[in-house]
Amino acid sequence: METVKQKTIKEVYVWELPVRFYHWINALCIVVLSVTGYLIGRPPALQSAAEASFSYWFGWIRFIHFVAAFVFFFNFVLRTYWGFVGNKYAQWYNFIPLKKSQWEELFNVLKVDILQLTTKSIPSIGHNMLAGFTYFFTFLAFLLQSLTGFGLYAAMSDSWFPKLFSWIVPLLGGDLPARNFHHILMWFFIIFAMIHIYLVFYHDYIERNGLTSSMIGGWKFVKQDEDDKE
Amino acid sequence: MTKKKATIYEEIRAKGHSRRDFLKFCTTMSVMLGLETSGVTQITKALEKKHRIPVIWMHFQECTCCSESFIRSSHPIVADIVLDKISLDYTETLMAASGHQAEKSLHDTMEKYHGEYLLMVEGSIPAKDEAFCCIGGRSALEILKEVSEGAKAIIAWGNCASSGCVQAASPNPTGAQPVHKVIKGKPIINVQGCPPIAEVMAGVVVHLLAFERIPQLDSLGRPKAFYSRRVHDTCYRRPNYDAGLFVESFDDENAKRGYCLYKMGCRGPNTYNSCGVIKWNNGVSYPIQSGHPCIGCSEANFWDNGPFYQHLQSFPGFGIETTADKIGVGLGIATGAGIAAHAISTNIRKRKMLQKGLKENKTENK
Repeated sequence: METVKQKTIKEVYVWELPVRFYHWINALCIVVLSVTGYLIGRPPALQSAAEASFSYWFGWIRFIHFVAAFVFFFNFVLRTYWGFVGNKYAQWYNFIPLKKSQWEELFNVLKVDILQLTTKSIPSIGHNMLAGFTYFFTFLAFLLQSLTGFGLYAAMSDSWFPKLFSWIVPLLGGDLPARNFHHILMWFFIIFAMIHIYLVFYHDYIERNGLTSSMIGGWKFVKQDEDDKE
Repeated sequence: MTKKKATIYEEIRAKGHSRRDFLKFCTTMSVMLGLETSGVTQITKALEKKHRIPVIWMHFQECTCCSESFIRSSHPIVADIVLDKISLDYTETLMAASGHQAEKSLHDTMEKYHGEYLLMVEGSIPAKDEAFCCIGGRSALEILKEVSEGAKAIIAWGNCASSGCVQAASPNPTGAQPVHKVIKGKPIINVQGCPPIAEVMAGVVVHLLAFERIPQLDSLGRPKAFYSRRVHDTCYRRPNYDAGLFVESFDDENAKRGYCLYKMGCRGPNTYNSCGVIKWNNGVSYPIQSGHPCIGCSEANFWDNGPFYQHLQSFPGFGIETTADKIGVGLGIATGAGIAAHAISTNIRKRKMLQKGLKENKTENK
């Protein structure tokens, strides 16, 4: 049995409960929204002689999509709020590189982890800067997807809430371009998810810091000397 | 020679229509406009008291299908009221006068009724090269600017005048522009469609006549009374959509059964119009009822949002058959390959690092 005894290792509570809830609700919503969204855009061919009054499956698919969209949006709103009141790993400045040191870290991560020019690993307890900045773009995608989604939904709803978004549709030139935009952006989520999951595995494999399970329990293993750098 | 100006009602009677016909017309129009019962009285009274509005109807880059649609309105008074009675003081297609006489008539109307006349525009305006559309030696843009100056309001008939239609489709050689892009500071009503439904056109005119204000418009300048609902929401085939029953090809069993045309590229879910309610040719049918998907003719850029028979638009910059899905799958495969390459590279490049950790420890444990 291979064991590694790290004398200097320490456990840090990184992801607070709201952050973890946000993450998994968000993940579930994205899966549900992508699957139902794809089906709405490209329904399967069912050859049957049925009368329309006997079934409503496509209506249900759309219903699930709309419900998941509401959950997705308000979950995102709560996370944005938590970006101002949460701990230092959850704060908004983790996602927007404003300081020079943050840009340095960003390029460093690019060099070490993505291009693999050096063999060292980079210490970061919360999000590393490249990940954080990438999440910033996913937030933008969340926003755009919510805007176009609710904007399109507004036409078939009497509720005041989706109506708040209806201005986006004429801005994009009508329902069809808005719908197309919404559809194209879905692929951003799919490709992001692929890379995201891979990189979690990668970091856990290389750094052995319990990254994967940290999003369940909240705790990460950090080498003692890395902790006090911030 | 002072003659008392006849009211619209009087003119209609003089034309040979009975009061009964007149009341039927008022009722039809208030129904089309979605007014409550009292609206009938309002319209009737207004038309009884009001005088004709002078109208200038300009034709620019277009096919005259809006005029064609208009004269096929289900109610005979509609054609009479506008074409004869509200009276076209100038329209290239239908007026008797020609040449200098026509030009004179236009200028007389513009001077005499400055600030009062209604301007109706059919067709788009070439803004890049004005020479593409000239009437009487002057460009469409020049004419429109002059005529709109004294107009009370402008009605942009059809997709050409509202959003450019086929002339503005890529690459738009003439630089065709809709009215609202070249004229500012005037109330403009976009009566969309290629062509608009006759009853919709009449409804807008009657609204202007009876209430002397422009109808409530949506964010794209279309009258809400006719363009607030999607063709999809009023489609009689809608239950098939909700049940997931779709036509897969034009000659299949599903097409025979009248299933939803969504997968045949139907633009009903993205198109705001009254086709499903008012229908065409005196309420006989509309494209979907006749088995053809909606092509979205009351939406901007509908020619470029193609292909018509494909639900997903083609992705800009790629071939016309290439949808976002094909590109997405391609990107997904590329990403997967990238991930695989990165994973292999990790195990090679970082091998030392991974093993160092284990080795250090083994020596420590000894």
